[in-house]
Amino acid sequence: MKRHDAPPGTRIVASTLAPLPFTLLCVTVLCVLAAHAAHLPAWYTAALAVVLAARWWQRRRQPRRVDAWLRIAMLVAVLATAIAVYGTPIGRAPGAAIVCGLLVLKVLESESVRDARMAVGFACFILMSALLFDQSLGFTVLVGLMLLPALATLRALQPGLPDSGWLPAFKAGTVLLAAGLPAALLGFLLIPRLSAPLWGAPDRGVARTGIGDRMAPGDLHSLLTDNAVAMRVGFDGAPPPESKRYFRGMVLWKFDGRAWLPGLAARRSSRPVPIGVRDSATHYEVTLLPSHRHWMFALDVPIDSPEGAVMGPDHTLWSTKPIDQTLRYRIASATDYRLAPESLDPHVRAAALDLPAGFDPRARALAEGWRRTAGANDAAIIRDALDLFRAGGFVYDLDAPPLGRNSIDDFLFDTKTGFCEHYASAFTFLMRAAGIPARVVIGYQGGYWNDFARYLLVRQSDAHAWSEVWLAGRGWVRVDPTAAVSRVILASTGGAADDVAGAGSNGWMPWRNRLDVINRWWGQTVVGFDALSQAHLLRPFGIEHATAQMLGVALAIVVFVALGLGALLATLRPRAKPRDALTAAQLRLQHRLARFGIARGHAEGPRDFYARSAAALPDSSAALGELATEYLHLRYAVPEPPPERIREFVRRVRHFRPRRVVK
Amino acid sequence: MDGVAHRGSIAAAARALNRIPVLARGRKPENLPVTLDRRRIYIVPTRAGFGFGLVLLVMLFGALNYQNNAALLLTCMLGAALAGSMLLTWRELHDLTLRALHAEHGFCDARLPLQLVFADDGRNRPGLTIAVDDLEQPCPLRAGKERARVTMPADARGWIEVPRMRISSTLPFGLFRAWSWMTPAQRVLVYPRILADVQPVVRSDDPNERIAGGDEFAGLREYHPGDPIRHVAWKASARHAHLLVREFDRAAPGQPLRFDWRTLSGIDRETRISRLTGWVCDAYAAAHPWVLILEDQRAIGPANDAAHYHRCLTALAELP
Repeated sequence: MKRHDAPPGTRIVASTLAPLPFTLLCVTVLCVLAAHAAHLPAWYTAALAVVLAARWWQRRRQPRRVDAWLRIAMLVAVLATAIAVYGTPIGRAPGAAIVCGLLVLKVLESESVRDARMAVGFACFILMSALLFDQSLGFTVLVGLMLLPALATLRALQPGLPDSGWLPAFKAGTVLLAAGLPAALLGFLLIPRLSAPLWGAPDRGVARTGIGDRMAPGDLHSLLTDNAVAMRVGFDGAPPPESKRYFRGMVLWKFDGRAWLPGLAARRSSRPVPIGVRDSATHYEVTLLPSHRHWMFALDVPIDSPEGAVMGPDHTLWSTKPIDQTLRYRIASATDYRLAPESLDPHVRAAALDLPAGFDPRARALAEGWRRTAGANDAAIIRDALDLFRAGGFVYDLDAPPLGRNSIDDFLFDTKTGFCEHYASAFTFLMRAAGIPARVVIGYQGGYWNDFARYLLVRQSDAHAWSEVWLAGRGWVRVDPTAAVSRVILASTGGAADDVAGAGSNGWMPWRNRLDVINRWWGQTVVGFDALSQAHLLRPFGIEHATAQMLGVALAIVVFVALGLGALLATLRPRAKPRDALTAAQLRLQHRLARFGIARGHAEGPRDFYARSAAALPDSSAALGELATEYLHLRYAVPEPPPERIREFVRRVRHFRPRRVVK
Repeated sequence: MDGVAHRGSIAAAARALNRIPVLARGRKPENLPVTLDRRRIYIVPTRAGFGFGLVLLVMLFGALNYQNNAALLLTCMLGAALAGSMLLTWRELHDLTLRALHAEHGFCDARLPLQLVFADDGRNRPGLTIAVDDLEQPCPLRAGKERARVTMPADARGWIEVPRMRISSTLPFGLFRAWSWMTPAQRVLVYPRILADVQPVVRSDDPNERIAGGDEFAGLREYHPGDPIRHVAWKASARHAHLLVREFDRAAPGQPLRFDWRTLSGIDRETRISRLTGWVCDAYAAAHPWVLILEDQRAIGPANDAAHYHRCLTALAELP
């Protein structure tokens, strides 16, 4: 072995990995797997964790690399799994699966300090990539904490740590992460954002969330059981009353016998009909979470479209770009409005009455019967329909039974069980069959009003579908048939049946709603901090629109100031603590005499020092002589000086004032 | 071949760098105590440091490209922590004061142990490494335990200068290396090389007496330059390819051995000194009293204690 050749006192360059850093490395990799567990198949994560544990156990017994053929087999298995599960190795989710596998592979072959450092660097990168899947506050903090084992591994790879140094290993990283936080925040604020991605389209291939572009029976079901936040709304004045909290998403005109689709009448080329506002408008700000779709939501009914959005003829808002990031917009709505009260454009009217031939004969017959009895009274027909839902034995239940080809007939006369989309669909169908122009609107309704932070929290489970009918003289009027249903059965799959007011409050949901304030703050200040907010960053310094260059300069200044401050902090000397009271008193005396130009030399003993001081300060020589005798006695003559004498010495030193010779 | 040329060019570049005055601080001998202040501490990233810089850059561009602020924040946190580690690395060396340096006893051609006494400033410096002639030696310092032991090369006997030392640290993460030079203006004594190939020829006070010490004939051994001609066993040598000399038993206990410069003739000066050194060491190990007679007839001893041993070795080391 080399160890014998080296001269005594020589360190053999520690290239082999000691047990402590290796264990810490395994912990780091385990953290990485945990961070990615949410979006990888559970069995895959579990398998990687088992391989990692086996490697840890193997290396404890016998520190050597895992055989090459085993590693190659695992590489093949990782790639094959990614392709088998996702169909392609390219993309975010398969990419995450592959890099996690590769990281565990790296641990299998880590035997040197260099390997371990590479693995830690790789692990940091993969930790960051976990945030591409979830940017929520809790997860970000969790991933931030996962940097600690990574830094502890780096620390443990260095010398000077006790063998059982778990806590000392974590110390440096914890201190540095905490101390670096202000600098990190400033860097975060000032790093110039890219106006367009450098490569690829971010978030492509992500499952779209939120309300879709069509409505078939059961489509909304997954949404209504989803507690994810859809948007947050802050009102300038008082919030609208609960009965008016309808957020318009899109309008569906065309029914194909099974599903409701936007149809040609929703084409955005036509201009919206003018709105007759009867009350003062409500001004508010919406923070819409990414849906990866184009639809924007506004309180019924928006007066104008915000920047970057187009208003359709049916007063829906359509963003020109897909909403891939949290979007904030200010908008005004009229809650008391008239839409096209005088007349309806013939094309629109035709679209609002169109029904596919050959579907649902019994529903048509029912509606035609209402029309015969009611004559020209549209309001009576609407009443008849709502009465049917109210008294016809209809049940609100998220677990609605499947419907056949004549879905409306099946629902109205057979199953009589469903939720908002069934009722809106059936109601609109009945209206059209009776000759009343009608359309389906989907969006959100209700929400949780946070009185503390004064904003309305709307979750995906607040998704709702309702109808609008056109009445001569009144224009388009909102009718919510679901509200007419009396009997409610809460879905077993989740307590999210919020479209019947107050129905869906299970035990911890109120707390989640209240604590959403923090998430809202995070979403607004951190996740929603984009190039535009950054441009306004330097406003307090008189710069209206900060360019990337200015931000770069500011960033450079911050980096230098931070490093300078850090250097200052680093040079602070810890005050060396004297070991006992006697030494402290003696140091105090020396300090006092040093101000009189009598500094004790490195090689000067106390007796000589006292003698020199007494000679230099003749007026104090008597006092110094006493002090010298006492000090020498206490320090050298007795093995354990009595404490009261030490106290006395300390007291005398405190009261000692050297007297300068007055000439 | 390329590798050699490459290494040569690196060495040339290093030599050129050493001439730059800013980088040469601490290379001239200085009187103790020497304090490392901020002007003489240098710091650069290690290879691992550059690697981590690359990782940070990739993370930064990934976060910016995906317009993901949480990832960007994480990258900033990691970057700030790693940049902060630079200060901790630097702080390992900052304000380090070398108070004193004691040489222990060592012989030429072995490494000479040095004890370094640093000032106690109440700070732990667990990652300190001191390199003397490119041999890195870890010297962890703790508050209250401010002594370190290193070895320096000793390839000539006598008083030699303490070579330049490089004090460095890569703590806490091994991403930066801070270093500083220190050349204490101090000379240390190196005892001569030990040559133990020949048993001493022990002679009595009278140079004409044939054999002193032990009269008993012990055996034959191969001739080494410096052996007295009178001890050569000519008859026995005639039957062998080499000259053989007669060996005799040691002097009786109690009677001092005499190691005389003059008995070693016919060999060069350094070999003589080395051989005498070897004998002195052997005698001291056997706790047998001895007398050392130097070139100028100066006799040291007889005695067999440590003080005598060191007096003899010092005298030998200081020979011109």
